[in-house]
Amino acid sequence: MSERVLNGLRGIGQAVVNGIWRLGYASGFFLMILMRSGVSFRRPPLTIKEIYTAGVLSLIIIVVSGLFVGMVLALQGYETLQKYGSSEAVGTLVALSLVRELGPVVAALLFASRAGSAMTAEIGLMKATEQISAMEMMAVDPIARVIGPRFWGGVISMPLLAAIFSAVGVFGGYLIAVVLIGVDAGAFWSQMQSAVDFEKDIVNGFIKSVVFGVAVTAIALFEGYDAPPTAEGVSGATTRTVVTSSLAILGLDFVLTAFMFRGV
Amino acid sequence: MERTIHLWVGIFVCAGLVAVFILALKVGNASATFSQGDAYTVKADFDNIGGLKVRAPVKSAGVVVGRVDSIDFETQRYVARVVMKIDKRYQFPKDTSVSILTAGLLGEQYVGLEAGGDSAMLKDGDAVKLTQSAVVLEKLIGQFLYSKAAEGGSSK
Repeated sequence: MSERVLNGLRGIGQAVVNGIWRLGYASGFFLMILMRSGVSFRRPPLTIKEIYTAGVLSLIIIVVSGLFVGMVLALQGYETLQKYGSSEAVGTLVALSLVRELGPVVAALLFASRAGSAMTAEIGLMKATEQISAMEMMAVDPIARVIGPRFWGGVISMPLLAAIFSAVGVFGGYLIAVVLIGVDAGAFWSQMQSAVDFEKDIVNGFIKSVVFGVAVTAIALFEGYDAPPTAEGVSGATTRTVVTSSLAILGLDFVLTAFMFRGV
Repeated sequence: MERTIHLWVGIFVCAGLVAVFILALKVGNASATFSQGDAYTVKADFDNIGGLKVRAPVKSAGVVVGRVDSIDFETQRYVARVVMKIDKRYQFPKDTSVSILTAGLLGEQYVGLEAGGDSAMLKDGDAVKLTQSAVVLEKLIGQFLYSKAAEGGSSK
């Protein structure tokens, strides 16, 4: 009986120590990426290729989901706003919710599942097939050569994807509200422009997307680098990437929103 | 292959920058807010500013001519000091009166400027003397009830 309790306590302790050890290891890994990222800028083709895999290939899913999210926002917003006789404010609603929240958050979630999981699987497989060890043998620093360009490619792509998501979403809202329902186009745009502030809304949304880009790419790369070199290990790491980065995005979003919009 | 990748990345970066510009100019009001360089500041003291906020519009005849830059509490005379930035293109006489008004019945509050007849114009850093505070709804209702009660008393 006491043996069992002791084992349980031991298990908890081990899990906590393991978690803290992983956190420390991940922080060290992140610092190492930053310190050895000179190569990513000295050899731009490496980073450009990663912008292609992370950014350009995610473009279609971002554009299509942005369009649909904007259209749904316009439909739902119109439904409620017309009860209060202010259906022109649907432009404000669509633009503010996209620029402040949905643009960065949904784009980051899509980015995590589209590009982040691919990054983890790629690096995990490179590790499983000992390509990374082979590089170390040849005195090529895998962090500078493989991880760094992927990190910067993701960090550069993410804000651009979020901006495209928001812009396409506003266009989707315009399609539904103005073209389909028949809200006055002038009121739609002018109310939107008077409500959306450049510094407060657009710049803050941009900062959010940069932070999410750093978080998602760092998590994806770390999970890949840390994956056990087996088929199960890589698949588990890919799952962990999507789960951890989604949670990180939502948690960070709350913290950033609390700092940025305190209703002052 | 290398060339097509570069081409696609170029298109992607261009699309991203275009999206940022659209957000800034078409969705946001970056085009409407004039830069700080071509604006002058004017101060005004109010007994009560109601719900006026920083960056609220300053309007004259319904046209936005500036924005509220800062709101402070002045401890010497216990009044609210509102500093406004007004576009250099719009010059106002020295005896302009400033009042805090409400857009619509429940809308946000803004500063209204009413030009006077003085030939001298307001300069950067000047203070406006003629101010009218925000209307506080509770006070208004209180006054109304009081006057009603007084009427009822006198008719008996």
